[in-house]
Amino acid sequence: MKASAFDYARVESLEEVFALFAEYGDEARIIAGGQTLVPAMAMRVAAPALLIDISRLEALQGIARNGDRLRIGAFTRYVELQHSPLVAEAAPLLHRAIPLIAHEAIRSRGTFGGSLANADPASEMPACALALEAVMVIANAEGERRVAAADFFQGLYQTALEPGDVLVAVEIPVAQDGMQGVIEELVRRQGDYAMVGLAATGKAANGMLSGPRFVFFGVGDRPVLATKAAEALADGPISPEHIAEAQAALAQDFTPLGDIHCSPATKAHLARVLLGRVVSRLLEHR
Amino acid sequence: MDPTFPITLTVNGTEMVREVPVRQTLADFLRQTLGLTATHVGCEHGVCGACTVRIDGRIARACLTFAIQCDGAAIETLEGMAESGKIADLQQAFHRRNALQCGFCTSGMLVTAAQLLEENPRPSREEIREIISGNYCRCTGYHAIVDAVEETAEARAKSEPEGAR
Ligand SMILES: Cc1cc2nc3c(=O)[nH]c(=O)nc-3n(C[C@H](O)[C@H](O)[C@H](O)COP(=O)(O)OP(=O)(O)OC[C@H]3O[C@@H](n4cnc5c(N)ncnc54)[C@H](O)[C@@H]3O)c2cc1C
Ligand code: FES
Ligand code: FES
Repeated sequence: MKASAFDYARVESLEEVFALFAEYGDEARIIAGGQTLVPAMAMRVAAPALLIDISRLEALQGIARNGDRLRIGAFTRYVELQHSPLVAEAAPLLHRAIPLIAHEAIRSRGTFGGSLANADPASEMPACALALEAVMVIANAEGERRVAAADFFQGLYQTALEPGDVLVAVEIPVAQDGMQGVIEELVRRQGDYAMVGLAATGKAANGMLSGPRFVFFGVGDRPVLATKAAEALADGPISPEHIAEAQAALAQDFTPLGDIHCSPATKAHLARVLLGRVVSRLLEHR
Repeated sequence: MDPTFPITLTVNGTEMVREVPVRQTLADFLRQTLGLTATHVGCEHGVCGACTVRIDGRIARACLTFAIQCDGAAIETLEGMAESGKIADLQQAFHRRNALQCGFCTSGMLVTAAQLLEENPRPSREEIREIISGNYCRCTGYHAIVDAVEETAEARAKSEPEGAR
């Protein structure tokens, strides 16, 4: 369980990263918090020739609000997100999601950008990014581009990041009045990856939900936006019948992929359970 | 030959400069280079928590951080915490409540519980279970560990009047 040999560079500017990528190509790998990459290296699933340590790269740090957007640097550790009053106010969903990730000793090192770049389909952060309609700010030697979360997650550990790209920051629309964010997941033990999880946003008033976004994780090869379920809740105050319709509509939104813990049928059932819980929480503002 | 790099760091309050092989984990650096063997190595991939230390004040996995990433950091291990005497009560409570059997998980448990008690002096049993969820114990069944942490919190609260901490 020891990593194979590699070289190491700690960079202070994006230009340095681009130069190293130009030299090493796909033999170079960015290391952020290392909470996914280091275990992969210990198990020799990953064996990069060069690690590019971005922990001192200022362009990737910080949480700031610019008007109606919250900008979170890719190298923001979970622990910083969790304790940021700005995040709690402008993106309550993220604030609530952090405690569900792994354990305290991993949240002290792991980063927001690392989780998004890794794109584990059972991870909380990619689902939250999609629910919040986040935009990824990506840079490479040619310049900067923006990719919406809906286009960023492309499959199992697959994202819009190309070789030589750096995820610089994430921009999230600031939650407008009354916009809630709720996350629920079913795990065997605290800190495990979700068997099935649901990150949701929506505004509740007079027993109705406006603009809800339900994003399931742990059900497929990437986070899945359940639009049919949301449509089933669209008109009128939400009754138990509405919720049952929305739960049934999930079958049109996705067929879960099974894994070693759960069959597709079990996951479909768990997804319906979570939808019921999350809709109630959104309506009750908790 | 592995490339090596010099790093400057503080371990248990002592500043030092050391030449480290790039692929050496912080856990191996502490154990093999510095001889600080209270930091245990179990799974070496972040799952068991035996290697828990504090990096710049926060608990972290020493097996998931390369020593070279700790250039400029302040590391605290169980040795430093135990020698300072500041967790003597917690250590005694572990002993009294049979919160250890083989002891393999104990250093990680103590380092983790110490941070909890600093940040949240009166944790609920739920909160204690939450924070030690990242530390495996194959012997005790956890109950006695929760008891020991809870007892320490209660004793500290009694010995210090409200607001003194
Ligand atoms: C025991 C354990 C339990 C865990 N449980 C959970 C869990 O329940 N839920 C969960 O979501 N995660 C979990 N994780 C994973 C954890 O969240 C990781 O921290 C996270 O997935 C990766 O973030 P990182 O900063 O550590 O990234 P790293 O490990 O440093 O990097 C991950 C990948 O992203 C790339 N990368 C990182 N930053 C950038 C960037 N800015 N631009 C381009 N590429 C980049 C790296 O090259 C690498 O390929 C767990 C990990 C462990 C060890
Ligand atoms: S040895 Fe580090 S978590 Fe198991
Ligand atoms: S006392 Fe043996 S593993 Fe915890």
